[in-house]
Amino acid sequence: MSKIAIIGGGIAGMEAAIRLSALNFEVHLIEKSFILGGHVKNWHMLFPDLSSATQLVEQQKNQLRDSVNILLGIEVIRASYTNNKYTLYFSDGSSNTFDAIILTTGFKLFPAQRKEEYGYSIYSNVITSAELEEYFQTDKPLYTKEHRIAERIAFIHCVGSRDDKVGNRYCSKVCCVTAVKQAMETARRNPGAEIYLFYMDLRMFDRQFEDLYFQAQTQYGIRFIRGRLSEVSEKPDSRLFLKFEDTLLGKPLRLTTDMLVLMVGMEPAENTGQLARLFNVPVGNDKFLLPKNLHQYRNLTNQPGIFLAGCVSGPKTIGETLTDARSAALEVYNYLNRN
Amino acid sequence: MKNVGKQLIWQQYQKEIAEDHFFYVRSCIRQNFFPGAEATFLRILKDVLHKDVYDDPAHTTCTGIGYHTDIIPLETTMTVVARQFALMTEKGYKNFIPSCVTSFGLYLEILESWHNHPEVLNQIRKYLKEATGRTFELPENIVHASDIIYKFRREIASKAKYRLVNQQTGQPLRVVEHIGCHYAKMFPHKSVGGAEFPRVLSGIIEEWGGEVIDYPERRHCCGFGFRQYFIKANRGYTFSSVKKKFDSMHPYSPDLIVTNCPGCNVFLDKGQYVISEQEGIVYGANGYGIPVLTFEELAGLIVGFDPWDIGLQVHQVSVEPLLDKMGVWYEPEKKYRGKNNIPLGQPLQPTVLKTF
Repeated sequence: MSKIAIIGGGIAGMEAAIRLSALNFEVHLIEKSFILGGHVKNWHMLFPDLSSATQLVEQQKNQLRDSVNILLGIEVIRASYTNNKYTLYFSDGSSNTFDAIILTTGFKLFPAQRKEEYGYSIYSNVITSAELEEYFQTDKPLYTKEHRIAERIAFIHCVGSRDDKVGNRYCSKVCCVTAVKQAMETARRNPGAEIYLFYMDLRMFDRQFEDLYFQAQTQYGIRFIRGRLSEVSEKPDSRLFLKFEDTLLGKPLRLTTDMLVLMVGMEPAENTGQLARLFNVPVGNDKFLLPKNLHQYRNLTNQPGIFLAGCVSGPKTIGETLTDARSAALEVYNYLNRN
Repeated sequence: MKNVGKQLIWQQYQKEIAEDHFFYVRSCIRQNFFPGAEATFLRILKDVLHKDVYDDPAHTTCTGIGYHTDIIPLETTMTVVARQFALMTEKGYKNFIPSCVTSFGLYLEILESWHNHPEVLNQIRKYLKEATGRTFELPENIVHASDIIYKFRREIASKAKYRLVNQQTGQPLRVVEHIGCHYAKMFPHKSVGGAEFPRVLSGIIEEWGGEVIDYPERRHCCGFGFRQYFIKANRGYTFSSVKKKFDSMHPYSPDLIVTNCPGCNVFLDKGQYVISEQEGIVYGANGYGIPVLTFEELAGLIVGFDPWDIGLQVHQVSVEPLLDKMGVWYEPEKKYRGKNNIPLGQPLQPTVLKTF
């Protein structure tokens, strides 16, 4: 039986493992943390249908067959390739040999403190979209750190994305619709709150995204301002003082808010560069791994037996990630049955 | 507000500041507006810190004001700057300290240009040689004068006669720090602390016992902006900027403003007079303004120099309320006495702003 290593236990890794174990391959799912589920396990609900993220992750875990060998708390530190097989050496001192490898290490969130002017980790009422999503698990209204109900909240799009200053020119794809979804959820929890979204473009590219955007405006009264935030300061009462430009009005403006949510984008996971070196897979200008080509071979790399799935090759929605993982599983199947 | 976040940022913006043997270049305007500041800096370096510093009378303007108002070609500016470096080289120095923040930014900009375009550097070497017969080396270390005071802030504190503490209440004085735009906004990694939360003055203030006020318009320009003030029709921008800053800091009741830039010092100090005349508004307590000191003047006060020797009598806003809070000893009758006790005359009184 052919042996496959899947490196990264997020939803892409789990999905590929589910598909390949169903095809009776011996699958080893390797995750450096001690929990499967990646970023999605911390998410509250998913756009555009507002379904449960936990449920998705739990369903995947339940589908992982007994044939999948799940290795938690382990990292690949070295690799070698001989006779069409890869030997992986792990951080616990063990090693194993595989016929194919899928890299599914995903992404890390942009560290918001790098946008120094937004005051994350300095002003207590500046939070990230990931922190807000985690807070939503509590089902409470949104309070400031001083325990006041937040009456005015601003969401800032493209924090760490499409931003030359931080070195990330690419779009992180999911933040626009996440902001709309989170703004609606905030409006539901804090009725009467004024909610502002500051965007460059609203990239509502997928099915039902536009509907969500429309609903946000018509049912929840969310205000969309096309413009960029230039800086944030704190007032004596801990409210936040925002300076921004409304690019439709062509005017610099100021706004005082109770809270600020930074829609942090995606960056390659910490170990992406290391994996690129281990398996000799090139990275793009965006530092995500490059597939063999961007059309027919999105899951293949320039190395035999090395495949990509999910956000390791660039930002993707959950739907795209799962489809990508299934596609990678099929490519692995074809590769192992090529003779 | 969480200081730990600022500390993480500060860690990313540290730079090498030379220990000794400095070649000092003065500002064009400071000797007119705040004539004691540069003399105080040299006195601190020589007499308090016992450093070797050379103040060359042959050096000239860096042309920064002309450069930023587009009246001097860049090649001319570069050649003048090359001449300053030639003077430094001739005197055997490698560590270059500009007094002025605009000059500091300009020197960095030119060095960066030469680094990226060596052919321009070669051309400028040729121009300087043809015009003056001089050659030059690039500085090994170039920092702003406020970086030097930051580096030696603890040593100065150990020799301090006074602290930034209210002698009546025992509470830290509340201090606004204002950093000149060209100190860090052009090259954040050439600063101490970066452009968003600069550390160079806040580190000094905290070391000397004060509390730094982080107010919403802290980063806003003082309003000088070269084209704003030098073009008469645009001066409204200057004073609206000044007013915006004072309106924003007013709720925090600052005892003192400290700056590291010649222009900022002028507009934050004398701007209070303009606003008081135009708007009838005064921002300090009891009808007085908020005293505005340069970092050198503040260092001079801390180590016990006579306030009138460091030129505090030529400030628009009276410094006496600050001196009284700090417990600084001074002779009021000597405020307008010059060398050998010669009377300098009394300034006219503003209509609204109270002065001593």
